[in-house]
Amino acid sequence: MESSKVIHAFYNDDEVLMDAVKAVKAEHLHIEEVFCPFPVHGLDKAMGLAPTRLAITAFFYGITGLSFAIWMTNYMMIQDWPQDIGGKPNFSWWTNMPAFVPIMFELTVFFAAHLMVITFYMRSRIWPFKEAENPDPRTTDDHFLMEIPVNNNEAEITALLAKTGAVEINVVDKH
Amino acid sequence: MYQFSGKLKTFSLALILVGLVGIAYSFYSAPKTVEEAKEIIAHQAAHGDNHATSHEETKVDAHKNEAHVGDESHNTTEAHHDAVKDAHVVADAHGEHHDDAHAEHVLHQLKNKPWSALYVSLFFFLGITLLVLAFYAIQRVAQAGWSILLFRVMEAITANIVPTSIVMLIVVISAVMHWNHMFPWMAEGTFDPTSPNYDSIIDGKSWWMNVPGWAIRSIIYLAIWNAYRWFIRKNSIKEDTANDNNKTYKLSYNVSVGFIFLFMISESLMSWDWIMGLDPHWFSTLFAWYVLASLLVSALTVIAFVTIYLRSKGALPAVNDSHIHDLAKYMFGFSVFWTYLWFAQFMLIWYADIPEETTYFAMRFNEYNLPFLAMVVMNFVFPVLLLLNSDFKSVPWFVFIGGIVILAGHYIDIFVMVMPGTVGAQWSFGIPEISSLLFFLGVFIYATFNSFAKANPIPKGNPFLGESEHYHYYNIEHRGESSGDHH
Repeated sequence: MESSKVIHAFYNDDEVLMDAVKAVKAEHLHIEEVFCPFPVHGLDKAMGLAPTRLAITAFFYGITGLSFAIWMTNYMMIQDWPQDIGGKPNFSWWTNMPAFVPIMFELTVFFAAHLMVITFYMRSRIWPFKEAENPDPRTTDDHFLMEIPVNNNEAEITALLAKTGAVEINVVDKH
Repeated sequence: MYQFSGKLKTFSLALILVGLVGIAYSFYSAPKTVEEAKEIIAHQAAHGDNHATSHEETKVDAHKNEAHVGDESHNTTEAHHDAVKDAHVVADAHGEHHDDAHAEHVLHQLKNKPWSALYVSLFFFLGITLLVLAFYAIQRVAQAGWSILLFRVMEAITANIVPTSIVMLIVVISAVMHWNHMFPWMAEGTFDPTSPNYDSIIDGKSWWMNVPGWAIRSIIYLAIWNAYRWFIRKNSIKEDTANDNNKTYKLSYNVSVGFIFLFMISESLMSWDWIMGLDPHWFSTLFAWYVLASLLVSALTVIAFVTIYLRSKGALPAVNDSHIHDLAKYMFGFSVFWTYLWFAQFMLIWYADIPEETTYFAMRFNEYNLPFLAMVVMNFVFPVLLLLNSDFKSVPWFVFIGGIVILAGHYIDIFVMVMPGTVGAQWSFGIPEISSLLFFLGVFIYATFNSFAKANPIPKGNPFLGESEHYHYYNIEHRGESSGDHH
């Protein structure tokens, strides 16, 4: 039976938070989420989060953009209407390739950048009018919050967190 | 302290010796008379190798250009004629018969071959050493925190500036004394209107392109670089024990600021004098940057190589994977920067197709097609694909493979800068080129490791040393380290 209770432990220093995360991980307790007002270096590694694959997606989006640019320049300039424009050699795509490089470069960057950002938004579930999910407004200003689910071990977790320097420990019902 | 091992010393001396023998042989076997040159031409024709066909291409190209400008203005056509004079002589001769003019032309090119082979390697190694020096000065001026542990490596590499400068001085003197004919504008009668060799275009540049000016400037460049190297090495070792509230360190800083200013000027002028002067009819505004980029990426690769080697020998225990990762990032970034400049120069000339500029690339495309295109793959496509991945950049083995291709690619880059102007279609890659490479490689190894053994491998007096020792790029795992060590 899945518990609906979670413990919210508040910290007011990122160094203390890092030590607390390590202490909780050492007890093999699951950390549901950590809310921080700013990026804390090394937090993802301390929590054991898998590395992001966003860069890999960007690489493939870039290749997509490059392919699109090659297809587009080839279709428009060589296949569809190969005009003589200022003596540029439009006999084949290769003979006029240098002229297409700027657009190839820009489209590669454009696809890689924009599609990666959109991927980030989708994976992070961020969009306009999205309801904010922070459990306590102080976590956007000067407090750090660690959320741990409770499985009939409330007292045990509370005692552990109290030792880690938490400034406030609340047990809340998760809706 | 690092010990320059006897094995490595013997190896470098062997390279120098083999190189010297090869260089001597290549000078000895170069043709001395027109008859010998004719024999070589006949030999080439008999073999029916690609020189003949490529000459035809040159001819067609030259003629196409001629037709192109023909109806515009006579002035341009004339200028253009001068610019492609070389190509015409070669092309016409091949189109009709092997006349004496052609044989003489080929003789000059063949005589240039051993000199050019020496010059390509010399410029490659001198330039790399110089750019290591400039990169080192930049690290000091930028007060970089990561690279302090590599300072002694960079200083050791820059020791190579002394022997390469001496060889460069010899080449400069030989050019002035007309012992070599690599620089066409130094030929007799170029500036004399009564001479058959008179060249009005070069004469128009004689305020800059004259032998005394060229020689004096060359010596000034070498003097500036050697003076800074001598000073900064001395002062850097003084920093170790100075304990004078960073006064010595600040002096090094100030002198480095001055050096970067002088370097940027002398590097630009140097690339005009020593490389662009090989094609005196041609000019390009971003050429100095292009040469800089080529040498800079090679210099970073060399720093990475020497660092990886010394670390594997246990001489640099504090250098970690993050330092290697940073060097690899620089190699990657400046490979792209080189490509950007290469393409910017090529594409602008290709796009506008002004004959006096285009001949430069027409020559390279027709006679040096394979090296010209291969270097773009080696200097751009390969490093980009290999060093794009962040994990790969901290693996010495990957950095080594990427670096070998980058160095070979930039050697070819210098080769394609120098050879078309000096030996034209008579280029090849054989004993003269290889032995020059071996010679300068041997000099480089000897100078570098000899110098590294003479100072503390850790610059103890540098205020940023602690930062450098704890340097850690956030997303890479150092070998022998668990994620628990991250902070």
